[in-house]
Amino acid sequence: MGMKTTNLVSKYHIFFFVILIFLIAFPFVADSRTLTILFTQIFIFAILAMSYDLLLGYTGIVSFGHAMFFGIGAYATAILLNTFEPTIGVFIGSMIVGILLSAIVSFFVGLLTLRLKSHFFAMLTLAISGLLLVVAEKWRTVTKGNDGFTFRAPDIFKDRIVFYFCVLACLVIVFLLLRRFVASPLGKVLIAVRENEQRTRSLGFKTLHYKVISSVVAGVVASLAGSLYAVSLRFVNTSVMTMDITLDALLMTIIGGVGTLVGPIVGSVVIEFAQHYLSGLAREFPIFERWIIFFGIIYILAVVFFPKGIVGSIQMQISKWKSKKEVRKTFALPEDKERAS
Amino acid sequence: MEPIIRTKNLSIQFGGHKAVDRVNFEMPEKHFKSIIGPNGAGKTTFFNLLSGELKPTEGDVFFRGHSLAKKSSVDRTRMGLGRSFQITNVFPSLTVLENVRLAVQSKEKVRFQFLKHYLHYKKITAEAIAILDQVLLSNKQDAVASQLSHGEKRKLEIAMLLALDTEVLLLDEPTAGMSLEEVPAILEVIRQIKARGDKTILLIEHKMDMILDLSDSIMVLFNGKLLADGTPTEIMNNETVQNAYLGGLYDGELVETS
Repeated sequence: MGMKTTNLVSKYHIFFFVILIFLIAFPFVADSRTLTILFTQIFIFAILAMSYDLLLGYTGIVSFGHAMFFGIGAYATAILLNTFEPTIGVFIGSMIVGILLSAIVSFFVGLLTLRLKSHFFAMLTLAISGLLLVVAEKWRTVTKGNDGFTFRAPDIFKDRIVFYFCVLACLVIVFLLLRRFVASPLGKVLIAVRENEQRTRSLGFKTLHYKVISSVVAGVVASLAGSLYAVSLRFVNTSVMTMDITLDALLMTIIGGVGTLVGPIVGSVVIEFAQHYLSGLAREFPIFERWIIFFGIIYILAVVFFPKGIVGSIQMQISKWKSKKEVRKTFALPEDKERAS
Repeated sequence: MEPIIRTKNLSIQFGGHKAVDRVNFEMPEKHFKSIIGPNGAGKTTFFNLLSGELKPTEGDVFFRGHSLAKKSSVDRTRMGLGRSFQITNVFPSLTVLENVRLAVQSKEKVRFQFLKHYLHYKKITAEAIAILDQVLLSNKQDAVASQLSHGEKRKLEIAMLLALDTEVLLLDEPTAGMSLEEVPAILEVIRQIKARGDKTILLIEHKMDMILDLSDSIMVLFNGKLLADGTPTEIMNNETVQNAYLGGLYDGELVETS
C-alpha cells in the first residue's frame, strides 16, 4: 500500500512540475501581451478561489461575503501606493497591512457569526460585506467612492512579465502552503467539521475555534489576491467588494471541484478563458454581451451533472478505475488470468 | 468513595412530555452498569444529558463531584466522558483509519498543529491501527466510512470511542442492528475492556444475555423514571420490574431473550 501511494504522489508531482515549466516558459515563448495579462488574472483569481475552497470545500462554510477580504487587500494596496512613493517596499507593506486588516475583520466576523447555523451565517456575511461596500462608497475622501482612482504601481511591475512571475510565485507558494495546511492535523479537523460538526465536538474538538481559524486563513489569502489584483489594474473602485467577486470565487470553486485546492485553479482557468472569449464574441453575436447568461447555464449544468466539479469527477473516475483493478486482482476470474497472460 | 458520576433530579421535558424524569443515580469508579428499559423509556435521552448533547430542564450531572451544568459536550469529552452513538455517527467521506485517527488526535491533544503533514504523526496512525485491530476492522482501514456495512459502522463507532480513551465509556446499543455473527466480536471487545478494569462503563442494551454476563449492576428506566437499580439478581427478582415488563406493559425483547 505504501509503495503505491508514493508512486501515485510522484505521478502528481510530475504532472504539476510539467505545468509549472509550461507556465514559466510561456511568457518567453508566446509573445502575446493579452495572454500574459489573462494568465496573470487567472493566477490572481485562482488564489482567491483556493481561499474560498478552504471555507467551502474543507470546512463546509458557505460565505457570501468573501469579496470583503479581497476588497480590503485591494484598497489597502491602492491607498498606500497612492499615498506614499510607489516602491516595492510600500507594496509589500501594503500587502501586510491588508493581510492584518483582513485577519482582524475575519476573526471578529467569524467569532460573532460562526456560532450560527450555516444559512444564517451566509446571510450575515452577505450583510457585513454589504456594509463594507457602503463604507467604500461613502468614504469618498479615501476611496473616491464608486469612481475609484488610479495609482502608480512600483516601477518594476511596469514590465508585465515580471509581474506575471511575481503572481505565479504567489500562486505556487499559496498553493503549497494551503495544501500542507489542509493535510496537517488541524486541516483534518477542518474536514471533520465539514463532515459532521456535532460528532467533531463529541470527540473533544472546539469546532468554533476551527471555523474561525479557517475563516481567518481564507480571509488573509483573499486579501493577498486583492492586493495583487489592484496592482494588476493599477486602479481600484468599489467593484472589488461586490457580490460579483464572491460569485466568481464560488463559481470557480464549484466548477473546478470543491475540496480539492487544484479544482479552484482549474475552475479559474475555465471561467477566465470563457469570460475572455465569450465577451470577445460579442462583436459578431450581440447575445454574448450577456455572457453571464451562459455562466448561469454552465453553473446549473455543473451542479446537476458534475457536483464534484472537474477535478472531483476526474478523481472519482480514477479511484473507481483503481478499485475495479483491485477487485480484478483479488477475485481474478480464470478468463481474466488468461487474458492477462 | 466519591462516585465518578452522579445525577441529581436529572430531568428533561420536551413540550409536555417528560423524557427523563427526576433520575437520581450514581456509579462508583471502574464499575459496569447497564441501562435497560423499553423503547422510548428515555435511555438515549439520558445519555444525551450525561454527555451534554442536551441540556436538562431540571437537575444536574456531577462528574467526580463537580457539576457539569456549564460544561459543553466538548468539555465533558475532555474531562473523560466519552460516548458512542446509537444512530451511527461517523465521518462519512473519510476513510475508516482517518475516522479513528481523529479520535486519537484528540486524545493526544494534537489539535492545532498545522506545520507538519499528518502522516508525520506516526504514533497517532499506529495507535489508530492498533485500535482497529482490536475491533477487527483493520482489513477495512482504507475503506470510505460511508461504504461500510451497518455492523462495520458500529465497530468503527466503538473504535472511535476506544481511541478517545476516556475514563467513562457511554455505550449506546453497540450491537444494535448487527447481524448475529457480528455480535460476538463486539461482545468480546467490551469484555476485554472490562477485564482490563480501568474503565467505568455505562451500557444501553436490549440483549439480556449480554447484560447479565457483563454487568456489575443494572438500572431500569421506564417512562423516563428510574424504576430500579441493583445487582443483576436483584433486578431479575424485582417485583416492580417484573410487573412493568411482564405485566403486559411491555412485551419486548427482555422476555424473548432472557
